[in-house]
Amino acid sequence: MATIQVSEAEKVYIMHGVRDDSRVDGRGCEDYRHMEIETDVVSNTDGSAKVSLGQTDILVGIKAEIGRPRPMVPDEGYLEFFVDCSANATPEFEGRGGEELGVELSNNLYKVFNNRHSLDLRSLCIRPGENCWVLYVDVLLLQCDGNLFDAMSIAIKAALFNTRIPNVHISEDEEGGKEIELSDDPYDCMRLNVENVPCIVTLCKIGHRHVVDATLQEKSCSVASLLISVTHKGTVTCVRKLGGGSLDPDSIFEMTETGKRVGKMLHVPLMELLQKEENLGRERTKVGFLA
Amino acid sequence: MAGLELLSDQGYRLDGRKATELRKLQARMGVFGQADGSAYMEQGNTKALAVVYGPHEVRGSRSKSLHDRAVINCQYSMATFSTAERKRRPHGDRKSSEMSLHLKQTFEAAVLTQLYPRSQIDIYVKILQSDGGNYSACVNAATLALVDAGIPMRDYVCACTAGFVEDTPLADLCHAEESGGGTTLSLALLPRSESIALVQMDARLHQDHLPALMEAATVACKGLSKVLDDVVRQHLQEVSVQTRE
Repeated sequence: MATIQVSEAEKVYIMHGVRDDSRVDGRGCEDYRHMEIETDVVSNTDGSAKVSLGQTDILVGIKAEIGRPRPMVPDEGYLEFFVDCSANATPEFEGRGGEELGVELSNNLYKVFNNRHSLDLRSLCIRPGENCWVLYVDVLLLQCDGNLFDAMSIAIKAALFNTRIPNVHISEDEEGGKEIELSDDPYDCMRLNVENVPCIVTLCKIGHRHVVDATLQEKSCSVASLLISVTHKGTVTCVRKLGGGSLDPDSIFEMTETGKRVGKMLHVPLMELLQKEENLGRERTKVGFLA
Repeated sequence: MAGLELLSDQGYRLDGRKATELRKLQARMGVFGQADGSAYMEQGNTKALAVVYGPHEVRGSRSKSLHDRAVINCQYSMATFSTAERKRRPHGDRKSSEMSLHLKQTFEAAVLTQLYPRSQIDIYVKILQSDGGNYSACVNAATLALVDAGIPMRDYVCACTAGFVEDTPLADLCHAEESGGGTTLSLALLPRSESIALVQMDARLHQDHLPALMEAATVACKGLSKVLDDVVRQHLQEVSVQTRE
């Protein structure tokens, strides 16, 4: 459940552990929990991925639809994010309970992913000013155990990698009217270049140190956390402070450095894994939730 | 019908099944660690997740609590990407509220609620991919989740749809068959006693055909109950091996 209660004694124990670089589950301060990634799990989407990070479970589905480009940028497509905090994660999200968190999460995702530096939005353009592809990125939280942002960003990157958009052919009739035809062939499709898509690293300040991939227990001991989105080259594309407490400028600098280092190291195995999974092709057995 | 032949002259359906054949059923219990009970169910291309919390104290207003039995609280939702056309909202529309109500009625008939007075049992189901028979996939998944949570029930609740095409009852309809315009009957059954937890039929049907349709749905539900039972037994075996180690 997403709400936990941590006693004072437990807090002290966790904080002392972090001070000595040995966390409750035996990890060091810059280690992630066990992570599992699988792509192409929902067959009626254009791209999908399931990521589990410790007990956190996230499913991302991407659907591409044809829409009108925004007037300010007529030659670019765009992304729409929606985060569904389902009641599966915790009974508190029942009804409208998860909406507030969902809006907060999706707003942050817009900032990180919906710009031309992360994704080549121009490749989503079909006819400038008339038609473009809109990618609806729907994130489904199935289980929350801390560090939602990192898990979500990895799932989104994997799902974008998996996304296949059908190629379009524009035909013109005698009267000059244009018609868009989608290709029926599932192999005649466009892939997205996900090279520059950043991953989010959230760092939690606990005591005088900061930790990567905090569990819910650890998060309850931290005053504030810093969200850093990092590309594979180590470029920081977004920094946000989350949480109620305050951070001093020196620690923000230190945390950014750690975030860059950790984020850079995150991209390499992720891309390797996705490539490896893709190379398996049709021989891959889809596991999904049945494992 | 618009060019779609739901049942060929040779007696095969759109996806190659015979009239009484069910879709491939795969399920797993205990998918999530945090919930009290959880299950995942695939019926052909329809995929559903069910999570159970409780029995626990009644949340929110105390006035909801019943002095002699537990309250069953259901929420049905569909992932926004589950259907061919993207949905705007996962839940809260009229169709999913109705579905929540049906699930509640179904499980009130099956769960031994009188064992937990003044408490509440939450059942949350989510359709991840929809290809017809959403209600039945949800009921079957929720049954497994309740078993996983260890909540006592009279019997498994098994649900299945049946349709009627060209004087032949078809079991376990897929989306194309459901939207083909024919009659669809959803049945939730407690198979051992053959008592009906919920029955619902859309569109009209001649009275003479009803027994045949009900019979087809009943047989399908009983077939399903065997599969569910196998899943439960296999899960228990795995768990007991794990705990022995």
